[in-house]
Amino acid sequence: MTIFDKFQPLAEARRELEKSASNFFNVVLEEIVSGTEAVVNGRRMILAGSNNYLGLSFDSDCIEAACRAARREGTGTTGSRMANGTFSGHVALEQELAEYFGRRRAIVFSTGYIANLAILSTVVGPGEIILLDADCHASIYDGCRLGGAEIIRFRHNDVADLEKRLGRLEKRKTNVLVVAEGLYSMLGDRAPLADIVALKQNYGAYLMVDEAHSLGVLGDNGRGLAEEAGVEDGVDFVVGTFSKSLGAIGGFCVSNHPELDLVRYASRPYVFTASSSPSIIASTRQALGILRTRPDLRRQLWENADLLYQHLQGLGLNVGPEVSPIIAARHENKKDAFALWSGLLERGVYVNLVLPPATPDGHSLLRCSVSAAHTREQMAHICKSFTEARV
Amino acid sequence: MQTYESVLQKVCEILRPLVPEGQKITAETDLVADLGLDSLKVMKLVETVEDSFDISVPLNILPEVRTVEDFVLQIEKISKDG
Repeated sequence: MTIFDKFQPLAEARRELEKSASNFFNVVLEEIVSGTEAVVNGRRMILAGSNNYLGLSFDSDCIEAACRAARREGTGTTGSRMANGTFSGHVALEQELAEYFGRRRAIVFSTGYIANLAILSTVVGPGEIILLDADCHASIYDGCRLGGAEIIRFRHNDVADLEKRLGRLEKRKTNVLVVAEGLYSMLGDRAPLADIVALKQNYGAYLMVDEAHSLGVLGDNGRGLAEEAGVEDGVDFVVGTFSKSLGAIGGFCVSNHPELDLVRYASRPYVFTASSSPSIIASTRQALGILRTRPDLRRQLWENADLLYQHLQGLGLNVGPEVSPIIAARHENKKDAFALWSGLLERGVYVNLVLPPATPDGHSLLRCSVSAAHTREQMAHICKSFTEARV
Repeated sequence: MQTYESVLQKVCEILRPLVPEGQKITAETDLVADLGLDSLKVMKLVETVEDSFDISVPLNILPEVRTVEDFVLQIEKISKDG
């Protein structure tokens, strides 16, 4: 017996998939042409699954800001925020995020994954309870596990189920943190946030919303679902990422609770990680400025989202419950999903193929995400490719 | 207050549609090794148990649950403690 024996079921599943889907494991972006195009296996592809919602990964001002910062401050900080890794750029970005969200405090983390780990493992602990939506991202589950709180799931977007569980917990007389997302990453559906906020207030709970996929996408100012739903004051902690609409990598949490600053001293994922490199901080600051001043990008994004959603629905594909920049076609079996995915790849369109158990309900998903940077011609090609490759 | 036997019987009933027809289920049955439940089926089992017993099952207890009996004992404990 070896330490690798437990991976045998995984190896078997991979072998099985390779028989029919060998190119699933060979997607390498050899050359990045733009925010929406790359060369894969020697062939130019439209990227239609990249979460680059505003197309800012290739914005010339963001690139220039990153280059300037690297020249001025070096390629990395080589240290934790708690040691030598807090540069003036990190502090400035935290101030800009706090100001943008109209919150008293902000913390910047090295990734969105670490932001969730840091907040969830620290703000609630043993004897306290986290009530999370069943479809929450893996980073939320992992953050819950890293802390000592009791973890209870409520059914996805089911307000009645959440209320039932809050009711059961009343007699425990302890702190409860409810966790939901602005846009769920697999099907692109919104949380019923106004109802969740009302419940949270009725039961005296706290609320954290992960706006990873909704930052820059929802709300008049792009602040996410809480802004769109008009309930920002009811959300205690907003977590987000720089790796989607802001085109870089990193994470943050903003809050009106001044105690958020204390998380810096108590959170292992904050303390024991090197901080983001100066180039990342610089491009993110630039991108945040663009996100705030270019509502036209959001309008373009939604035009593209609406176009692809209606097209896939018209083809009879089993798409998610509402239009959003994340458009997923659900398939009962892996074979059909893979056939469509391969067909799209052959036609120069890359989308995400997501297989169970990483999917919400056991379906296989072809997950597309559109960008404001997709041109009319690119959108037409994506739609045409779906029509042709549909089986 | 439900007895151990009644909880066991109910859990076996809930498990039946999740496993192949004719599969024997006893208190000693291992949920993963014997019944082959994957993570999606485990969550389905948890949700149905929660509805049937009007309880919330913390995810934290799942690593301790190997057999049907382990789960039954946890359900009894949660029902008692609230």
